[in-house]
Amino acid sequence: MTDLAVDLGFLRLRNPVLTASGTFGYGLEFEPYLGLERLGGVVVKGLYFEPREGNPPPRLVETPSGLINAIGLQGVGVRAFAEKVLPRLRGRGTAVIVNACGADDDEYLRVVEFLDREEGIAAYELNISCPNVKKDGMCPALFPGPTHDLVKRLKAVSRRPVITKLSPNVTDIVEIAQAAAEAGTDAVALVNTFLAMAVDIETRRPRLANTFGGLSGPAIRPLAVRMVYQVASRVRVPVIGMGGIMTGADALEFMVAGASAVEVGTANFVDPDAAARIVGEISAWCEARGVDRVRDLVGTVRTD
Amino acid sequence: MAIDRQAKVLEAESWGDYHLLRVGSPAVGRDARPGQFVMVKACETTVPLLRRPLSLHDAGPSTVDLFFRTAGEGTRVLSRKRPGETLDLLGPLGKGYTLSGRLKGRKTWLVGGGRGIAPLYFLGRELLALGAKVAVLYGGRSRDDLPLVDEFESAGLAVLPSTDDGSLGFHGLVSELLRRELGRGRADRLYACGPDAMMKAVAGLADAAGIPAEYSLEAMMGCGIGACWGCVHRIRDVSGDGWVKICEEGPVFPGERVVWEGSPR
Repeated sequence: MTDLAVDLGFLRLRNPVLTASGTFGYGLEFEPYLGLERLGGVVVKGLYFEPREGNPPPRLVETPSGLINAIGLQGVGVRAFAEKVLPRLRGRGTAVIVNACGADDDEYLRVVEFLDREEGIAAYELNISCPNVKKDGMCPALFPGPTHDLVKRLKAVSRRPVITKLSPNVTDIVEIAQAAAEAGTDAVALVNTFLAMAVDIETRRPRLANTFGGLSGPAIRPLAVRMVYQVASRVRVPVIGMGGIMTGADALEFMVAGASAVEVGTANFVDPDAAARIVGEISAWCEARGVDRVRDLVGTVRTD
Repeated sequence: MAIDRQAKVLEAESWGDYHLLRVGSPAVGRDARPGQFVMVKACETTVPLLRRPLSLHDAGPSTVDLFFRTAGEGTRVLSRKRPGETLDLLGPLGKGYTLSGRLKGRKTWLVGGGRGIAPLYFLGRELLALGAKVAVLYGGRSRDDLPLVDEFESAGLAVLPSTDDGSLGFHGLVSELLRRELGRGRADRLYACGPDAMMKAVAGLADAAGIPAEYSLEAMMGCGIGACWGCVHRIRDVSGDGWVKICEEGPVFPGERVVWEGSPR
């Protein structure tokens, strides 16, 4: 029996499969389809301090092997999350990671300070890379300076580990990951979605009301694997990899490239039990090849 | 709700761009209510990637019927399915039409446009079974958009067709047909499904006549289970209005809650 546990240093997960923020609601939506205890962890939908309205529709457009979304981080805010959702997520035998958002640095701090008083959260994932909330996809993760400063301020107040979620919409993602690492982030998660656009040639209008959105799904997987490899081989913090993972083999590709754990995103929309299925596929692959511990595969890609 | 990955196509019928599939699925069919929908995956590849939301045209203890129009790659793949092939169904999902309260002897109008007629067959059959009087106002651009007139009539549902080009029934929009009918009488309840522009016009007339109405809304859907927040519509609540997920709180909403595009808020 393969040992599926992975160690992020600050957090031990029962298996390497987490759910990507924004694709798994607050977790409870999926209970009819899978036991949350089968997952390494659940990263809940991004939370601002206050409830947030999000963008007007259309918010989604499907593209070849991909999905462009411009939801705009609609959500219930931290109070409703702490009162209504968190009590139901506690004690489910899975790590609960809260994706923390902010319109400015102060709001990120308020989110973390508020949630620090609540029990049942394993870590924060800082969402500094959503492309759909400011004009032209602007966000802190596009620049090393703002990334460094924000992570540093949050690490100074947070009683919990901090995972920094990075944007792929940069010239050199290693430079941004390095800035987060120097500021003390406990891990980096990559990648968020690629800034994208689709146009209806009949109406000559963008297919999304927001004009731009973030591309996810299998279409981005090779781009994400490349970035995970680059960051994992040059930055000394654990990497959580994601981008179009649909199968156990896809997840293992990220791990071999250097990811200590993975997040499953768009696949949750296609099959609500996808994340649990992927855990099973990882296990079966390891069993068939006599791999004792899945964590031994991390970063074993051979480029010699 | 269930995931049925091996739902077998039992019958397939087509009229141009319109298609009707009868699919064997006790897991989905037995709990289904009129106005609910299923998310359908037609192939194992990633193009198309997502499931397609289709409202239930009918359901029985062991079957579901799906009526749809070819619109893109997903519905094109579905339209080529033949008896014996399988579909992957997730459902039944969402909240359907209200069938509570006294319906016996009550007059109901069902208003549908194009592929929006799909859920009104299931609804109409249930209403008849509950003793209601049912008239179906069925609109389309031309007679080719109204392939189900005979099916409704065979089920004992009276159909008033309308076409934009006058090729069948009333010459004009289905909302104009509703206006004519309102000149002759009124219904106790109205149920509608179709494009937003059609339903906005219908809602204006139903509101003016004081007829309680329910509308089945439509939007691009990512997951169908409330996780992606993609399929929102403007909906009123006690605390104001906001973007509400159609898949979770709908797809059917009472008229007083729906904010139609372009309406003053």
